Amino acid sequence: MSERDASKEASQSFRVPGMGSIDTTRTITFTFDGRIYEGHPGDTLASALLANGVRLVGRSFKYHRPRGILSAGSEEPNALVELRTGNRREPNTKATTVELYDGLEASSQNRWPSLAFDVLSINQLAGSVLSAGFYYKTFMWPAAFWEKLYEPVIRRAAGLGRAASEADPDSYDKVTAHCDVLVIGGGPAGLAAALSAASAGARVIIADENPELGGRCLAEKRTIDEMPSAVWAKHAQEKLRSTNEVRVLTRTTVFGVYDGRTYGALERVSDHLPVPPQHQPRQRLWRIIAKRVVLASGATERPMVFGENDRPGVMLAGAVRTYINRFGVVPGRHAAVFANNDDAITTIADIQRAGAEVVAYVDSRKELSPAVLAVLSEAGVDAILGGHVESTTGTRHITGATVRTADGEIRNLPCDLIAMSGGWNPNLQLATHLNARPHWNETIAAFVPSALPPGMAVAGAANGLLTLAEALASGAQLGIEAAHEAGRPAVEARSYSTTPEASSIAPLWRVPETKGKAFVDFQHDVTTDDVVLAHREGFAAVEHLKRYTTLGMGTDQGKTSNVNALAIMAALTESTIPAVGTTTARPPYTPVAIGALGGAHRGRDFKPERLPPSYKWAREQGAVFTQAGLWLRPQYFPRPGERDWQETVFREVDTTRNAVGICDVSTLGKIDVQGRDAIKFLESIYINNWGSLAVGRARYGVMLREDGMVLDDGTTARLGEHHFLMTTTTGNAAKVLQHLEFCRQCLWPDLDVQLAPVTDQWAQFSMAGPKSRDLLRKIVDSEFDISDAAFPYMAAGEVAICGGLKARLFRLSFSGERAYEIAVPSRYGDALIRRLMTATEEFDGTAYGTEAMGVMRIEKGHLGAAEMNGTTTAYDLGLGRMMSDRKDFIGRTLGSRSGLMDPDRPRLVGLRPINPKHKISAGAHLLPQKAHRTAANDEGHVTSAAFSPILGHTIALGLLKRGPERVGEIVGVCDPVRGRDILAKVVSPEFFDPSGEKLRG
Amino acid sequence: MRINCPCCGERSLDEFVYYGDADLRRPDPQDEEAGAKFIAYVYERTNPSGFHRELWYHGLGCRTWIVAERDTRTHEIYATCRAVDGGAPEGAAADRERS
Ligand SMILES: [Zn+2]
Repeated sequence: MSERDASKEASQSFRVPGMGSIDTTRTITFTFDGRIYEGHPGDTLASALLANGVRLVGRSFKYHRPRGILSAGSEEPNALVELRTGNRREPNTKATTVELYDGLEASSQNRWPSLAFDVLSINQLAGSVLSAGFYYKTFMWPAAFWEKLYEPVIRRAAGLGRAASEADPDSYDKVTAHCDVLVIGGGPAGLAAALSAASAGARVIIADENPELGGRCLAEKRTIDEMPSAVWAKHAQEKLRSTNEVRVLTRTTVFGVYDGRTYGALERVSDHLPVPPQHQPRQRLWRIIAKRVVLASGATERPMVFGENDRPGVMLAGAVRTYINRFGVVPGRHAAVFANNDDAITTIADIQRAGAEVVAYVDSRKELSPAVLAVLSEAGVDAILGGHVESTTGTRHITGATVRTADGEIRNLPCDLIAMSGGWNPNLQLATHLNARPHWNETIAAFVPSALPPGMAVAGAANGLLTLAEALASGAQLGIEAAHEAGRPAVEARSYSTTPEASSIAPLWRVPETKGKAFVDFQHDVTTDDVVLAHREGFAAVEHLKRYTTLGMGTDQGKTSNVNALAIMAALTESTIPAVGTTTARPPYTPVAIGALGGAHRGRDFKPERLPPSYKWAREQGAVFTQAGLWLRPQYFPRPGERDWQETVFREVDTTRNAVGICDVSTLGKIDVQGRDAIKFLESIYINNWGSLAVGRARYGVMLREDGMVLDDGTTARLGEHHFLMTTTTGNAAKVLQHLEFCRQCLWPDLDVQLAPVTDQWAQFSMAGPKSRDLLRKIVDSEFDISDAAFPYMAAGEVAICGGLKARLFRLSFSGERAYEIAVPSRYGDALIRRLMTATEEFDGTAYGTEAMGVMRIEKGHLGAAEMNGTTTAYDLGLGRMMSDRKDFIGRTLGSRSGLMDPDRPRLVGLRPINPKHKISAGAHLLPQKAHRTAANDEGHVTSAAFSPILGHTIALGLLKRGPERVGEIVGVCDPVRGRDILAKVVSPEFFDPSGEKLRG
Repeated sequence: MRINCPCCGERSLDEFVYYGDADLRRPDPQDEEAGAKFIAYVYERTNPSGFHRELWYHGLGCRTWIVAERDTRTHEIYATCRAVDGGAPEGAAADRERS
């Protein structure tokens, strides 16, 4: 620590007193690569580093070249740092967008062992090896080298930062919002649009990625309505914040445009704080549904492409102005300005006002307008017209610029800052997310939006209107129009007064003669030579260029590089820029953390949990739970002294088979079916007949999909003449309801039948075993006769229990035992399970879970999801005889296709091991006894298996070719995954009580 | 995407389940060609670029089956109605698209 303290920098020597709009009265400290620095609230990490004279902030991706800060916004390709530590460590954070807070810890990345001395920077000497396409060419052969040599080396060398290795401790939120007008961007155009729309009474959301609205009003020294632009922006923001129905979202990036006028936005709620405040999320994902949108996303400045243009100290001119005017930081003492357009001229005065020297103004244009010439002469700057910066000098920071004048003279200008401007690209990405292609505008030498997403209009610089006056006027007008189109009254757009500005440009896509590497894409180290190479090797199409060189594929998505690259390619192919075209911009506009997209849906909350009515009681019993769809069901109920789950399950099965067991079956789907045509409806969706079902009786039914495969099975009880209650399997409840609604609404809309899902309305418990009726007698009120005569197998009816509570009683069995299911309104479920379990003590009964239920259903050969797996027909599952030939039903025609009736199909059988000690597991393959264990001899597979405590050996269900014909045959059960290969006898799938005596009592 | 449910109003795509072509009619099982017709009904689908009348199920809402007229290229939905209402009359948008 002492070393760190000693290394504290003395001061912010590049901070200019009296300039900038941030609060310099308070000082906060932060560390970068372990050294302590000071800054002010309102700084970004980049502005604070520059204030302290820190220019070298990272190493480049491929060549590990020293890199500094290029920009002042989210387009930054170079200044990527690792932020925070431990489980909040965050790689690839743009220093230009990180808001400084007290105690912030940042470190440079992609360097080893240190930022100043990086071993891998020798990569740049091996530049020819690492040129475009080097991954494809260099590491081709031999293949075995990949795993052992190439990949580890590439990973070591090429990594951009390290992700945190621990779980993210923060929470994330999601919210949906609706508005009349969404304004994207809070610069002059966006502010004017939002003010207009709000004045018409529209519900407005204005979103901007910065902590304050204002955009370039804060970065430039301009006037609006006689006020400094920053002051005007402050007033505008206050006005918006105080207007009802206007929501100002700062630190919020609209990152995507989706169908149905839906917009995705990410609000960085707590990124500017050390840790999120209590009960606050780190970030919030907004889904905004907007009737109209004004896109006012501004423009991004293009770098100039010249030799060694990546050296720290080479910055975008607009960024230089931002650091001076907004942060009061001058990024150098001796600056050269290199541009091809009028906008950059204002940089000169800003630098001079900040007390620094402008050593030269270099403009690639030979002739400038008189107004611009007047500005230059007033500034007293050495103007080199028709000249180029060819290269820079220096190592970790520039020390000079090599300039070629129009006459071809070479001049070496000592300087520590080059402010460059190649013109401005409208930020039109959001306008193209729905697949529109932009249009090339010759006047501003940039792409502008053309076809737009429905409901969107584009204002200001985003639409190529690059001057302040145009931005304000277009914003004001489009805000009014958007509000009106959203149904608000038409009002007059107000006008704003500004000072005039020049904005002409003559494009220069790359300096003709350069020394050293001239970078196009800084983040991915793509140079002009790489573009030339891609062209020479035939990758001239813009999408090929991108993939071959990885241009524009970094976290900055090529915001500063794409247009330069394709303009260079256009020149190489002797084509035009519009003919070359652009790559497709896709969401997100800036990176979005997966955590934000997930929101609260993580860990146990990934999906909602459905809790059966006995859940609380079961937890108290120490039940072990399993997931069945969304339901949490008790899997088994261990008792003290039981060694493992198997012992528990055997006990539960044994007790049920010999006394009584209780199971919560509320999770089975329940659908109430009513109407005069209810019978007709059931006849049409089930394969078996329903006409003869009497009121007060239930029947097992099977339904198919229209293609003939089994969809689901269950029992349906007739509660009244026109009233039925259908049950479905737990997993298929929603699917069956959807299917039935489809049949009812789309196929037979004339039937008088109504459906209602009532799964959640009823708590239902199964009581199975020889003592089940005795147990039932304890709770059913005495006036109800539940003798076998009055309430036989498959009876259904209404009773009262526990002294007057209305309940539904069904005599159904899944276990093969005498069994009843009793249903009460859900709110009584907890009370009923407790009452039942108390009553069952007398019979030494048990609760049982899904494991014991599974064992008993396999013992009875009942079907489960593994058998009804979407590829099996009723015929396959031994239910062919249930299929009525007296009626039509869903799946009948296609289920009777000859291919599906082929006896060679795998069909349901039971299997028992020849050696009772052998185990069979689901998934094992069935083959002829002596056949080679190859896929060609495969005859089916085991679908379900369990150890039967009653029978004392494993039993299994399986699908076997010609299965039912082969009862008695011995087949091989091959389980290569578990390394087993045993013999089993093919038997009837009903292992237990095949005659059903126990069932009927 | 947003779908205008005739019962619930405009709702988010998340609440709906897509089904497919709304103009398929379940063949008559008594038809001599029933087998072939059912094969076509169950398996054969066109994949139009542009106008499509299709079924959506408002599963996380009112459980209404909806006929939507959608442009498969732009995802613009011209019109919606309940499937029970005669399987949806063809909308004006459809005529426009087809002419
Ligand atoms: Zn609905």
